[in-house]
Amino acid sequence: MYEANPSPKVVPLPELKVKPQRKRAPRPRQILLTNRLIGWLLPVTIIVIWQLAGQADLLNPILLPTPLDIGEELISMLQSGELMRNLGVSVWRVVLGFIFGGSLGIAAGLWVGFSVKAERLINPSLQMLRTLPHLAIAPLFILWLGFGETSKILLIAKGSFFPLYVNTFLGIRSVDNKLFDVARVLEFSRWQMIAKLILPAALPNILLGARLSLGVAWIGLVVAEMMGSSSGIGFIINDARALSLTTVMFVGILIFALAGKLSDSLVFWVEKRLLRWRDNYEGEGGH
Amino acid sequence: MSAPSLIIDQLNRTFASPSGPVHALSQIQLTVKQGEFITLIGPSGCGKSTLLKIVAGLDTEFEGQVHLNGKPILGPGIEKGVIFQEPRLFPWLTVEQNIAANLSLKKPEIKQRVQELIALVRLQGFESSYPRELSGGMAQRVAIARALLRNPEVLLLDEPFGALDAFTRAHMQEVLLDIWQKNRTTMLFVTHDLDEAVFLGERVVIMNPRPGHIREILSIDLPFPRTRTGSSFQELRRLVLQAFEKVDGPAIDPGAGI
Repeated sequence: MYEANPSPKVVPLPELKVKPQRKRAPRPRQILLTNRLIGWLLPVTIIVIWQLAGQADLLNPILLPTPLDIGEELISMLQSGELMRNLGVSVWRVVLGFIFGGSLGIAAGLWVGFSVKAERLINPSLQMLRTLPHLAIAPLFILWLGFGETSKILLIAKGSFFPLYVNTFLGIRSVDNKLFDVARVLEFSRWQMIAKLILPAALPNILLGARLSLGVAWIGLVVAEMMGSSSGIGFIINDARALSLTTVMFVGILIFALAGKLSDSLVFWVEKRLLRWRDNYEGEGGH
Repeated sequence: MSAPSLIIDQLNRTFASPSGPVHALSQIQLTVKQGEFITLIGPSGCGKSTLLKIVAGLDTEFEGQVHLNGKPILGPGIEKGVIFQEPRLFPWLTVEQNIAANLSLKKPEIKQRVQELIALVRLQGFESSYPRELSGGMAQRVAIARALLRNPEVLLLDEPFGALDAFTRAHMQEVLLDIWQKNRTTMLFVTHDLDEAVFLGERVVIMNPRPGHIREILSIDLPFPRTRTGSSFQELRRLVLQAFEKVDGPAIDPGAGI
């Protein structure tokens, strides 16, 4: 009948003679392009003004070097291989800390999510630890484990743990009870309940947690590398500060910004692919 | 006549509430034959949904006996297919995957059955659509196909078309009758719509509240397909309505499809 028919016959409408509208609605492709470019508007304007102000000698180059100077520094650091080597070290620390802390966070979130007993047992303690700032914990880690890799990775792991823990827990507890009834009627096994109902339903929250965790992992990295390290992007910044090499400091900050954005985009892309089924408001003027 | 399939004997259900126990179902006595289409009608609060939940095995805190094909009902299971008021599909699965749910579409026999059911509920072309892309009626048909894939001994429907507009509802009733005539699954259909009860049921069970009990069971001896406008249909409809009017107070909610 009316809705069961996937391809209703389209009756061509007779062509109407209407005056062409003066203002034509922009085509989808144009909207897409504008939407993409609009994010660049603000940073590009600021950089241009910054460069012009620097060239007009309005800025002290020791405090605020011009974008072009920073760009030159970036190229020379890339050519010497110094940047890539330190970036490699930093990325390795973040990835290791994130995987270690994040997987523990998911595991704890699943456990506490499934069991009210586990929630009563460990959730209060974990919530207390959650609010401890990195800077307060870092000296202790260094005291216990020294300046080696372990203390750094542990600090990053500590930061990555909590957003994934909290959001996994929340995701499991917000599964619709009505769908549980359906699963019981359909005779889902215990394993199928977890794999085919709870995990897919909690996935949006888990992915949000992963995104937040990755952000915190980068912050943990900076703290760890600036507290004491002989390699990594944080070390470059700290070292340059001691030598008043402002351009190098800027390059380090720029690298952090890019790496943070890139890892965030990566999770966002995964999210978009895995959550295609969602039916959410996407904001006005979205596509 | 066919053998009895569902036997409900001396069923009582009491809920605890802060203001004392509430008697939701009292002395329910009902025998449903194999392949029979029963509609349950009554005002809200008459316990018809509670009765359905008990038969579904989702509520086991009752007194009395409920047997399906000789076995007591101890919990939910695929032999008792349930269609809820809302479709309750898994939003992250496509139509095809929702029907299969915990069964694997990689098995050719499952895949083929799913295809047949999609054709039966007239959803060809929507196999890979997500629930958000479906209308209410289409989503409810997916839920019906999902239950039918498990070859239930009885299909329990709890006001399944209540949220649909009148045209879609009429269409869905025909789809359901079509399925029933092809599969001969025993149907227990809860509704608060008088026309729906008379149009679908071979017998109409009329329930009343406080406490929920069966007031009358009317046989609708009209051949299928039925027409709503026929004089015998209108006569039977009047009989059901009369059964309600015998009761003191407002027996049926205003706007309950009468």
